[in-house]
Amino acid sequence: MPLLENGHIKDDTWVTVTEDAPLPATGAVIVPFARLEEGLARGADAPLGVTIGPDVDVSLLRPALPRLGLVAVTFTTFRDGRAFTQARALREHLSFTGEIRATGKPLPDQYEFMLRCGVTTVQTERAEDISVWQQAHEIISVAYQPSVLHERRQGLGLRRFLS
Amino acid sequence: MSTDTAPLPVGRYAYDQVDRTFLSQRVAQFREQVNRRVKGDLSEDEFKPLRLMNGLYLQLHAYMLRVAVPYGMMGSDQMRMLAHIARTYDRDYGHFTTRQNIQFNWIRLEDTPDILQHLADVDMHAIQTSGNCIRNVTCDEFAGAAADELLDPRIHAEILRQWSTLHPEFSFLPRKFKIAISGSPHDRVAARFHDIGLVARPGAQGRPVFDVFVGGGLGRTPIIGVQLRDNLPEEDLVAYLEAIVRVYNAYGRRDNMYKARIKILVQALGVEAFREKVDAEFALMDRADYRLDPAIVDGIRARFGIPELVAPADAAQKLAADRKADPAFDRWVRTNTHPHRNDGFISAVISIKPDGGIPGDVTADQMDLIAELADGWSFGEIRVTHMQNVVLGHVRKDRLHELWGKLVAAGLGTPNIGLVGDIIACPGLDYCSLANARSIPIAQKLSARFADPELQERIGRLHINISGCINACGHHHAGHIGILGVDKRGEEFFQLTLGGSAANDVAIGQIIGPALPEDETVDAIARLIDTYLVLRQGDEQFIDTYRRLGAASFKDAVYAPA
Repeated sequence: MPLLENGHIKDDTWVTVTEDAPLPATGAVIVPFARLEEGLARGADAPLGVTIGPDVDVSLLRPALPRLGLVAVTFTTFRDGRAFTQARALREHLSFTGEIRATGKPLPDQYEFMLRCGVTTVQTERAEDISVWQQAHEIISVAYQPSVLHERRQGLGLRRFLS
Repeated sequence: MSTDTAPLPVGRYAYDQVDRTFLSQRVAQFREQVNRRVKGDLSEDEFKPLRLMNGLYLQLHAYMLRVAVPYGMMGSDQMRMLAHIARTYDRDYGHFTTRQNIQFNWIRLEDTPDILQHLADVDMHAIQTSGNCIRNVTCDEFAGAAADELLDPRIHAEILRQWSTLHPEFSFLPRKFKIAISGSPHDRVAARFHDIGLVARPGAQGRPVFDVFVGGGLGRTPIIGVQLRDNLPEEDLVAYLEAIVRVYNAYGRRDNMYKARIKILVQALGVEAFREKVDAEFALMDRADYRLDPAIVDGIRARFGIPELVAPADAAQKLAADRKADPAFDRWVRTNTHPHRNDGFISAVISIKPDGGIPGDVTADQMDLIAELADGWSFGEIRVTHMQNVVLGHVRKDRLHELWGKLVAAGLGTPNIGLVGDIIACPGLDYCSLANARSIPIAQKLSARFADPELQERIGRLHINISGCINACGHHHAGHIGILGVDKRGEEFFQLTLGGSAANDVAIGQIIGPALPEDETVDAIARLIDTYLVLRQGDEQFIDTYRRLGAASFKDAVYAPA
């Protein structure tokens, strides 16, 4: 599926570098967590992102965050919800303002959850039509708890409007 | 269907238009998910967590739909809708569960979107009655009525229900997550057998404070929860629970579903290390964002209907006279009622455990009758208990005899609450794809064996819990007598545990010896109970006799029949 942002297709300006591929000296690249130091060793103005697995403690990214334009969290399976906690911690505890990209195999039905935890873009291996994702984003208009999006409070309880 | 201007429903939160919008969107979403499944866009593997989040299980013979009854409270209009669903989409009955919910065992997948729409029409749903998410929050069945209560826990149960509904971060946890809340010093919610147990009481500033227990549970590894925090201020309730569940989501095991509950994490880290992680998370949080402001709590409280408790001055005297005149009624009052905070009122427990019956099963006609009685006697309010019975919370004492007469006429007047006949049993191999053995026939045989109400009352308080497999849905570890179904070379055997308790004297039952064949189990339990009657001192209860003498005194009775 193409890269998705707010329910719409977006051009991907990032190049994802795998474990063993050579690292380009310039351009926006996303490196695996294991190659973060290598990525940081490039020029300070070369845009850098990092992909983390669900078992990575995001506080380990703290020193690198000022240099990072993107953090990709991974749903190794849709059942593994750790990426939600990672995304939220990046926003709430580490005040990360760059792109958080969901990768791996999340379901469209998890899209709204991702957004509310601070994910901004989705790059999945799934094949369904983009409209399914758009619909998942729009179908529910009410939420019952705070989120990183600081949605408009509805008045009663912890309720808020999603759109 | 009630509207925003209708009187508020007694004992539960009144939905408004925003809540109804949410629910209808949720139904539309599920309808679409079913369509995608039918078209093949979703595999069964992918559809499974989505249907589970809407309460739909695939059981041995059919789909099972578990409908949420938040903190066990519902209204007569909702009960009538459940009766309608039982008649139209099931086989004329439903089953009350130990999480205070109701489930239907013979549901067709294609019907579920329509059923969910019917439920939404009366402000009900099946959200998060299953799946690896925060499940239905359970509560004291005598909440807001009990004489011993310090604080009505339903307001905070509703706040937690709302907070956990489609929680963006906590809908794909390592495993299911159960929260119970009590506002009484007498634990009627098994607080320490929950992932999180909350015990509320009034704090110094007039706002509630909470003792927080974590990491308790039954299942394959029964563990008594530990106190993580005392005197948690109300304003931090949501923040602190977020911190606990976030630590669990990040660190709970996902490699083995039998080791994935929070209790395993708490044991693996140790309580101190776990508490440090929670405290660290809590310290990092923007508490203003998560603050449960008193105005928020009061706003939710204002959506709860309050019963007008007006009784004649001589209501209590009338009840005393009725009891004196009618010994059968008097017995039922002794076993099936609970003291009310208002002297003119009493809480009545309707036993859904008839002699020889299936614990928790209720027919559509009985549902309608319960609705009618709730309208006539208890402000239209109905409570489902974790013991799989039903409570009418606010019954005028002078009208109790009349209510009892109607219950008896309908076969709902069994006087066995808290006694041998008040058995908790899981659905077992008659329905469940996990079970090793049939729990229901054992429950029925025991219940029939001890049907004599005089005998039951003489035996006294005795909790029997039956699980058809080690997943322990019948909470056998928490039973004074626990019965666990096991499979031995294709034969059903039953293992007995003694001494468990889910109350303030919380304990995990201990295995007494080798499992018994099915046809010997009921006799063995009967001998066990006979032995207790011989060994007891005065009015001593079974659990106390057991604790005084230990298992050895009962072993001979179980294994060496005279």
